Amino acid sequence: MPAPSVAASARKGRRPQGPPLDDPPAPRRDSTVRTRRQARRRADAVLLLMGAPALLLLLLFNYLPMAGLVAAFEDYRPREGFLHSSWVGLENFRYLFTGSDTWHITYNTVLMNALIIAATLVCSLALALLLNEVRDRSPRAAKVYQSAMFLPFVFSWVVVSYFVLAFLDADHGLANQVLKAFGAHPVDWYSDPGPWRIVLVVVAVWKGVGFWVVAYLAAILAIDPAYYEAAAIDGASRWQQSRRITLPLLTPMISINLLLDVSHIFHADFGLFFQVPRNSTPLYPTTDVIDTYVYRSLTSLGDVGMSAAAGLYQAFVGFVLVVGANWLVRRRDPDKALF
Amino acid sequence: MTAASLTDESPRRRRAARRGTPYRGPVRKNRFTAGRIAIHGLLALCSIAFLAPLLMVLSASFSSESAINDKGYSLLPRHFTTFAYRYVAGDPSQILQAYGVSILVTVTGTLVSLLVMSMLAYTLARRDYTLRRPLTLYLIFAMLFNGGLVPTYILITQYLHLQNTLFVLILPYLASPWFVILLRTYFASLPAEIMDAARIDGAGELRTFFQVVLPLSTPALATVGLFTGLVYWNDWWLGLLYIDNEHLAPVQLFLYRILSNIDYAASTPQAGHLVTAPVQTVRMAVAVLAIGPIVIAFGFIQRYLVRGIAIGGLKG
Repeated sequence: MPAPSVAASARKGRRPQGPPLDDPPAPRRDSTVRTRRQARRRADAVLLLMGAPALLLLLLFNYLPMAGLVAAFEDYRPREGFLHSSWVGLENFRYLFTGSDTWHITYNTVLMNALIIAATLVCSLALALLLNEVRDRSPRAAKVYQSAMFLPFVFSWVVVSYFVLAFLDADHGLANQVLKAFGAHPVDWYSDPGPWRIVLVVVAVWKGVGFWVVAYLAAILAIDPAYYEAAAIDGASRWQQSRRITLPLLTPMISINLLLDVSHIFHADFGLFFQVPRNSTPLYPTTDVIDTYVYRSLTSLGDVGMSAAAGLYQAFVGFVLVVGANWLVRRRDPDKALF
Repeated sequence: MTAASLTDESPRRRRAARRGTPYRGPVRKNRFTAGRIAIHGLLALCSIAFLAPLLMVLSASFSSESAINDKGYSLLPRHFTTFAYRYVAGDPSQILQAYGVSILVTVTGTLVSLLVMSMLAYTLARRDYTLRRPLTLYLIFAMLFNGGLVPTYILITQYLHLQNTLFVLILPYLASPWFVILLRTYFASLPAEIMDAARIDGAGELRTFFQVVLPLSTPALATVGLFTGLVYWNDWWLGLLYIDNEHLAPVQLFLYRILSNIDYAASTPQAGHLVTAPVQTVRMAVAVLAIGPIVIAFGFIQRYLVRGIAIGGLKG
């Protein structure tokens, strides 16, 4: 998602340009009646009222659920609710961490996210550099390539699961047709967990790389042409220019993006891990992540306390990672820090 | 490079400058060198790989059921037929209903979301707003930490009782902190003189916002609106959690349920002939109908999305 980079501009309310929006000059006719402070208070009230709907929505859907995390410390009963269910302390966490599931889903989440982050970074940089090479000579072709790469970004994960099914369906899928054509044994894809790490990384890259190609290409376009002109005059080849100018100048952006990606490594993309393997039980050894586990414990096991504990575990580690990453970003470049 | 070759290249440099692309060194007469052809080949191959899944679903929807059963999915239709679409058209009530829900949710959600988010963003862009700093923190903390699925689910189903209503498909996505921050940055970059002028002319806060700030912000509103619209149109998560009533299922949820065989086959009038029902091709035809609007709109919305990503990416 565009989120990490967009948010970077949120820091401290610094204004990129333009003079401050000062107090409006108090209307002269009122100056005898109303003091400046009263005018300020009135303006504040109007502004607060304008922001109120969104602030209330955030309270309802972001802050109240945080309070609901008390369920992680309760033997939650729907009839008693958050306030009256009996308190069990850390019992849910003990249950969660003594089972083997927790380590397994944590391992899957972190490993799969790491693979996806690495693969997406390499592919998007390579494609952005290649697009940049053909852009000035054949802008139209470059546009077509970029559109093709970007198109998967607008599909939902449900639609993607249909696409994947067309390839991996055991009886009709393209993958098994190709395997048979080469005399290999067809694979029952939706019940063999083995290949799914690779399948999921490929699908994630296919869907997500277009976004980053667009982002990196925009950053390449923002590089001062004078660098390339100077290098060309010195006889640098196109490859040397990419290697010695483009990549080094992209490095700050890459490292910030990597830090932000790593800070979200504890949160898996639910759609990818739920829809694409079609929630197939035999695939859990390689496809089950924290998010799908929490969803399943809540909807099929109905173990609210334990699911909430797993959710709190994820949110807490995720929070520590984000704050840590932000601290590192701030040390590199305070302008890029989130807060 | 010698001085002679430099002057030699100067028209090309000028042309490069006019195109807004950097001069990247002397280029051979032939614009298609071996290396360039190789790059084009590679990129074309990648593009085909990116489009192939879409092609396969499209051609499956235009194939005959028996061809799919015998030979499987392919890049081009086998035994071209529109039978699957005619089958869907025979009883379009479910898909039409799903479309109706999706369109209603997407349009309402996007418009209300833009209104609510831009109002908050505007107040946070105002330097003279006393509560600006605490409210910005309030916004950012909502991004960093969340209660997660379980408390949200209980809150919505047992306290707010929003399950099986259209509200549950709209409300949770209305205020997205990321987009508020994007809008806030945009509003803060508008020249303050214009707003001051409006206020000096006697316009109140609301009037300044609606008649001066919003009209000046159409590019940012278009970008955020399209991203939000995409979120609503593509959403199946809220439906999966909170909608059991099939009449309230949006397109993506409907699509999910067909694939997981929960209720579609059973509730079609042809249920009696399930054995002969063209499951494979009809499924794909419904999928094509679901992604059709997005693919058609893609040509138009792409540049707004690209602009949004470019702005966000550069800031990051």
